[in-house]
Amino acid sequence: MTESNARSSSALESILAHAVILLAVGFALYPILWVVSLALSGTSDPSPQVLPLPQEPTLSNLREVAWTSQTVDGAEVWLFGHQLLNSVVVSLATAMVGIAIATPAAYALARFEFVGKSAGLRTLLATQMFPAVASAIPLYILLDALGLLNSRTGLILCYATTTVPFCIFQLRGAFETIPVDLEEAAMVDGATRFGAFVRVVLPAARPAIAVTGLFAFMHAYNEFILAATLLSREDMFTLPVVLQRFIGEYNAQWELFAAGSLIVSIPVMALFYVVQRHLVAGLTAGGVKG
Amino acid sequence: MVAVSVNNLHKQFGRTQVLKGVDLHVPDGAFAVLVGPSGCGKSTLLRLLSGLETATSGEIRFGDRPVTSLAPRDRDIAMVFQSYALYPHLTVYENLAFGLRLRKEPRSIIDQRVCEVAEMLGLTPLLKRRPKALSGGQRQRVAMGRAIVRRPQVFLFDEPLSNLDAALRAQVRVEIRRRHEAMRTTSVYVTHDQVEAMTLADVMFVLNAGCVEQSGTPAEVYRHPATRFVAGFLGSPSMNFLAAHLEKRSNDTWEVVVDTQNSPPIRIVLEDYPTANLRDGLAIELGVRPHDMTLAPDPEIADLRLTAGLCELLGPEIQVHTQVAEQPFTLCLEAELNTRRGELLAVDIDHLHLFDAATGASLR
Repeated sequence: MTESNARSSSALESILAHAVILLAVGFALYPILWVVSLALSGTSDPSPQVLPLPQEPTLSNLREVAWTSQTVDGAEVWLFGHQLLNSVVVSLATAMVGIAIATPAAYALARFEFVGKSAGLRTLLATQMFPAVASAIPLYILLDALGLLNSRTGLILCYATTTVPFCIFQLRGAFETIPVDLEEAAMVDGATRFGAFVRVVLPAARPAIAVTGLFAFMHAYNEFILAATLLSREDMFTLPVVLQRFIGEYNAQWELFAAGSLIVSIPVMALFYVVQRHLVAGLTAGGVKG
Repeated sequence: MVAVSVNNLHKQFGRTQVLKGVDLHVPDGAFAVLVGPSGCGKSTLLRLLSGLETATSGEIRFGDRPVTSLAPRDRDIAMVFQSYALYPHLTVYENLAFGLRLRKEPRSIIDQRVCEVAEMLGLTPLLKRRPKALSGGQRQRVAMGRAIVRRPQVFLFDEPLSNLDAALRAQVRVEIRRRHEAMRTTSVYVTHDQVEAMTLADVMFVLNAGCVEQSGTPAEVYRHPATRFVAGFLGSPSMNFLAAHLEKRSNDTWEVVVDTQNSPPIRIVLEDYPTANLRDGLAIELGVRPHDMTLAPDPEIADLRLTAGLCELLGPEIQVHTQVAEQPFTLCLEAELNTRRGELLAVDIDHLHLFDAATGASLR
């Protein structure tokens, strides 16, 4: 093959590859563009169009969703802000509780042999097999007895019950990939077992912890069924419950739903942006030979 | 610097007995090499010395100090791991400074010692890099530096060269020996590579199945192997072994008789061999190193007559593969002899070893 032939064939390959990638991106983004268009449209007609361009562009939908207020105890409060805060606080707390409990547990399961280890792992796995809705009624009764219905604490506790086993499984896998030699080297260098864990294992597991925390956050942030079951006061709602209220039995406000979806996505996108630098794969590469 | 003593050390993992009563003594400032085949317990012994494993029974002392039950950090040791075990999230500088920081040394001392060691090992331009940006040889040097910078009482090496290519391995081996001669810190080095063992050791311990089979200087162990196992393990190509028995002649001389199936037995008269342990009719194994044979000046009275099989030219020598008494046999001859397959060779054995066929013990 001559040089010019080779060059033109590689250019063709590149064009083809870019075309396929653009198609895939378009396929993934199209529904989102459609939601954006609907959120910015002045009409409430969700009828599909080929080009997702807003009709009668306006920000009124976003304003209507975001600037809701309510009188609580005689004072005017920014209701949507309160609900957004609920979602963020509950999700962050769930992720933190999940990571805080799961990290030492996963490390122990990855590194030590002890009585009941495999039975414990099987039990953890079993908890993952049931959908959240299966435990909704017992959780309701429990929270009612504890006086934690309509509270962020109650919701965090419920979410943590499903998040912790998931985080343990995720992190156990991550710890198993970190060579034991690293901890042993730290112990020979003068660290205690705990010191080696804090100074060497945790930094090496940082990407895995970040991803696991993100998943735990997303799980809590998107969860609807338990939130809808356990929360009845509007100022305690989390965002999925708020969004669902726009789709009534007789009247669906799609443009408000779309506007709400956009606003709800912002904290998640911000979080991804913050966490992404921790997601760098292969942080442990080069620590040990091989 | 301290001497390292191990007394009657046992280690058991579940039902598997890995070390079965190991005794060893490494003099103050000596470079000891633990050598043996895979699974002989040499790495376990090193881990027991480091404190990363606890002994089932027995005692380890560094100087006068019993350390058997001390944690690794309280033993004042440094270890170079086979995998190097560099902390991936820290730079080379931070890797070197890690142990000193844990011991809360003043910043100025840390800086001075790290720079000193970096300079010594040629790591100064790499101090800001992370381990993933280093080559295999550079990582190895950082691992060595991390050990040296601490100035411990004992260095432990767990097969530190096994991940390097052959050329680099030879270079680093010389470097390790040179550093040891400069610092004279008591060192224990584990390897399965007999070249490393022979070249590095002041004192060498050959382990087999959880026991120290023989110890001594490399020259002693190589020249006078105490057992058939040691004889077969050290030396490349391996020693040749022939099943034989002893016969005492009327004139008080001894003969090694190698029985063959299709020809008269091979008889080799023993010269300059201590006779205290010899018994008439004793079943033995005759051991001959491939390098301990030369072409006989008089083929009529040669010890062995054989036909050359496959001949491999290895630069200064030729390895000749053949058979003696229906058993595989290798000899190394000078390359100038230009030996060819099918050539008839008459060779004299310059040095031989006799082992009791039942116990494997040397009869010397």
